Amino acid sequence: MIDIAGVTKKYGTVAVVDDVDLLIPAGGITSIIGANGAGKSTLISMVSRLLTTETGTITVDGHDIAATRSGELARRLAILRQENHLAARLTVRDLVAFGRYPHSRGRLTTVDREHIDRAMDYLDLGDFTDRYLDELSGGQRQRAFVAMVLCQDTDYVLLDEPLNNLDMRHAVAMMRILRRAADELGKTVVMVVHDINFASTYSDHIVAMKDGRVVHQGPPSVVIHAEPLRDIFGIDVTVHEIDGHRIGVYYS
Amino acid sequence: MRRIAWILIPLLVITVVAFFTVGAQGDWSFVLPFRGRRLAALVLVGFAIAVSTVIFQTITENRILTPSILGFDALFALIQTVLVFVVGSSALGSIPPVAQFAGEVVLMVVLSTLLFRWLFGGARRSIHLLVLVGIVCGVFFRSIASFMARLIDPNEFTVLQDRLFASFNAVEPDLLLISAVLLAAASVLLWRMRHDLDVLTLGRDLSTVLGVDHRHLVLRLLIIVSVLVSVSTALVGPITFFGLLVASLAYQVTGSHRHSANLPVAVALAVVALVGGQTVLEHVFGLATVLSVIIEFIGGIVFILLVLKGARR
Repeated sequence: MIDIAGVTKKYGTVAVVDDVDLLIPAGGITSIIGANGAGKSTLISMVSRLLTTETGTITVDGHDIAATRSGELARRLAILRQENHLAARLTVRDLVAFGRYPHSRGRLTTVDREHIDRAMDYLDLGDFTDRYLDELSGGQRQRAFVAMVLCQDTDYVLLDEPLNNLDMRHAVAMMRILRRAADELGKTVVMVVHDINFASTYSDHIVAMKDGRVVHQGPPSVVIHAEPLRDIFGIDVTVHEIDGHRIGVYYS
Repeated sequence: MRRIAWILIPLLVITVVAFFTVGAQGDWSFVLPFRGRRLAALVLVGFAIAVSTVIFQTITENRILTPSILGFDALFALIQTVLVFVVGSSALGSIPPVAQFAGEVVLMVVLSTLLFRWLFGGARRSIHLLVLVGIVCGVFFRSIASFMARLIDPNEFTVLQDRLFASFNAVEPDLLLISAVLLAAASVLLWRMRHDLDVLTLGRDLSTVLGVDHRHLVLRLLIIVSVLVSVSTALVGPITFFGLLVASLAYQVTGSHRHSANLPVAVALAVVALVGGQTVLEHVFGLATVLSVIIEFIGGIVFILLVLKGARR
């Protein structure tokens, strides 16, 4: 369980995350939705200790992230951010192998190699093993980074817009992978998603943010309704029930 | 690591043998220690510059900036000038050189850490701004140093000049020994940190996520870099672009991000370039020019190319 209590982050005088209290349950997929600038990325960056909090505490399975050793946290929690610029030229396999660093400190064992191969298989990267990252398309690179995060083999996986740059086929494949990781491996997946229909179809829990605050939360059957969605995004969304999923239509 | 890197081993042997034998006349008992001492100086300098540059580029997540481009070696030269200016050469003469050097290195570590914090501590800045700031800092340190050099007594000035422009031909044996010890210690530490260094190439965020204590690691590495810069500057004075030259070549040769490949290759390239260059200079051009002039010329061109390439990307 991730327990966020009274957390605030300000840039200058503007509170990007404003006194947020939130419990993210262990297991399953939790999606964070909201308009641009609602504070979603900032919030999960703070959970993954990449940004410091101004006030409040965050604990992951009872470990206060401000007081726990970074190496210890790296075995519990992994995150993929939106932008990943690298100074060095790396091959896909080298990048994925870095995911094992928290466990092996750079000396790869047979177990590590199995994890690496499995993560590459999962994300359909077999053909790109020895290609350099700067030779790949945006979507292929995105998959390589997700493979690295899965390779880290942590209980908590945080993803900031994992569907960025992915085509339909790979976006669906990515969501299925995350669903499998949650169901079969018991991982807790927390992700920031812009497509409310992916959030609705694949999540167990949805958290909606607006102006730095959590405004709605609950299972898709509670959050994916015209009223809350108008409140969150400020536009009219018609919600239909199709094949047992709640699908919002907002194109008109 | 690419196979081409292994060519460096025979190349290294050839340059070292050539350095000893080409044009050697007379008694070997004279030639060996005489050339041996100069060889030691060249090797130590090459080593210090190559390693400090590769590490510095890793901690700053770029492949263009080096400690000397940001004026770190000018800072060390300034420390030495201030020391002669304040303490005076006669008083300095009574302090053993080891203690003097130790004092200078400690000052250097403190000041360069402050400079580094100021440059890289806050928000991410553009590479062009950093190059500009580095050039301004370098000129600033050099100007203060030359201003002080003008104020002091001519005798003191001679002492100072001796320290700042020691060149590859005259190096104190004492200094060689301390430098060798410092470099050996630095190598052991860095070799043990080589996997952490590899993770650092991923940048601050990704390395933090992978469990590296980024702040402390960078601080420790920065101290090592400051010591290495002090060593090379104390031995031969500032050479601005040499580090950039060997580091960039090393990345090309290895085609890898691993420090266990890049560090040794950069060192080998540096030693080959310095020792080979010095041999060619002495025996082909008859010491008509200074090695650092040639290095700066080639290194400067590489620097401009890298900046242009970086700007286009």
